[in-house]
Amino acid sequence: MHYSAGDTAWVLVSAALVLFMTPGLAFFYAGMVRSKNVLGMLMQNFATIAVVSLVWVFGAYSLAFGPDWGGAGIIGTLHFFGLAHSAQPVPGYTGAIAQHIPPLAFVVFQMTFAIITPALITGSTADRLRFAPFIVFVALWSVLVYAPIAHWSFDPNGWLYRMGAEDFAGGTVVEINAGAAGLAIAAVVGRRRGWPRSPMPPHNVPLTLLGAGILWFGWFGFNAGSALGANTLAAHAFINTNTAGAAGLLGWIAMEKFRGGKSTTLGAASGAVAGLVAITPSCGFVDAVGAGVIGLAAGAICSVAVTAKFRMRLDDSLDVGGVHLVGGVVGTLLIGLLGTAATGGVNGLIYGGGLPLLGHQLLAVVACGAYSFGATWAIAKVLDKLVGLRMTAEEELEGMDTALHAESAYDFGGSFLRSLGGGGFRPSE
Amino acid sequence: MKLIVAIIKPFKLEDVRNALTRAGVVGMTVSEVQGYGRQSGHTEVYRGAEYQTSFVPKLKIELVVSDDVSSEVVEAIVEAARTEKIGDGKVWVLGVEELVRVRTGERGAEAI
Repeated sequence: MHYSAGDTAWVLVSAALVLFMTPGLAFFYAGMVRSKNVLGMLMQNFATIAVVSLVWVFGAYSLAFGPDWGGAGIIGTLHFFGLAHSAQPVPGYTGAIAQHIPPLAFVVFQMTFAIITPALITGSTADRLRFAPFIVFVALWSVLVYAPIAHWSFDPNGWLYRMGAEDFAGGTVVEINAGAAGLAIAAVVGRRRGWPRSPMPPHNVPLTLLGAGILWFGWFGFNAGSALGANTLAAHAFINTNTAGAAGLLGWIAMEKFRGGKSTTLGAASGAVAGLVAITPSCGFVDAVGAGVIGLAAGAICSVAVTAKFRMRLDDSLDVGGVHLVGGVVGTLLIGLLGTAATGGVNGLIYGGGLPLLGHQLLAVVACGAYSFGATWAIAKVLDKLVGLRMTAEEELEGMDTALHAESAYDFGGSFLRSLGGGGFRPSE
Repeated sequence: MKLIVAIIKPFKLEDVRNALTRAGVVGMTVSEVQGYGRQSGHTEVYRGAEYQTSFVPKLKIELVVSDDVSSEVVEAIVEAARTEKIGDGKVWVLGVEELVRVRTGERGAEAI
């Protein structure tokens, strides 16, 4: 087998870029929680890196990308368990999509996706999960939810891939999956005590902006790396990623302005992430105009979507549903309109390709979203019955940092008075 | 002896300190406090959700002076702290029964 040095180098570097996104995400989230829960949030994200790294090598990778079990495109076998047979080419990648990188480079690149996806879920249950049950949840979820959906959408033998649904870097596998799972587990564990009447403002917005910057940086590996080569397609994905992130930032803060408010820094960070989320499935299938439209749409739509949780009475604390699920749906569906064979894939509706692609995208959205929500709900429910997912009321009041980890993030009072509830709170409608 | 307590806007501290130095005051205690009077707080917005903060950050200055300079010192603080906008703060004066300098054990006005 001949491997390309350039392709291999790019994919290995991309894997490192994507791994760095999870600490970035940790800080993106940690800035948005109250000062008593900062370490709890960081710990969940860092522990996710460790847990999924092992689960991926021992089982989950093989279930996602191993030889298809039974030929239905539902799940792989354990052929590659423990990275056995790692010299064999990854099944399904033949012909035009043949890989020119060592299979182990693909293993580690895909591992970083498997890590950040459950890490994204931590935003929905912020401030209230017990730590040990969380670890068990992440391990189970990687095997039972992530691996099958990755097989469906990413693996050329997966049923969605074979049908023609397009997901370049994880609109269904990462974004819709994490968003739907986040809503499901938040529904099982319930609201934070006092939500939505008690004020729970972000304690450190600069930390969130720093995290958003790291995510943006890492996203180039996420999307352009998914070309699995150092080539023109990677360059398309790279510039489209940046275009959509930029448009998303502007779309969100413009929407804030139009709705009578001020343009906020948290809105800018959130908008950039929303745009990047939406371009994830589409970056290798659309042109520059498509990327701009997708980013702008995601920024504007997500800025409104994050207020839905107050009407739903569902405490998706850091808006995993509002940003990742909604942004992922926007990006995945818009491929059906804006996809162009000039970049990659097939033509969408406005480039003369008709409705089939849009239909495939819609089916992928529904299938991945529904399976993720249902399976996550079941896993969380069982764990909650068996061991209990939720901290006690006393622990929640005290905060995760001291109650769960016996540490505190800061040794000064910070917004102490504000955290005691020195003001009214009005959820946006 | 009088205890003078002043709540002022934080950015006025240097003006007040300079005025007090000119008035001959040689020491003070300053703490960061939060509270509200007629000045209401402000509204913060995070992802569309509005948070009303009713506590406004202020500085509290405390100093002990002898009876004869008390009104002069109060006047110096008021003049220096004033912006003529809502939220300028308050100054109040209390009688002090006893004062001891820890280092020497001096008592009363000697300890100021």
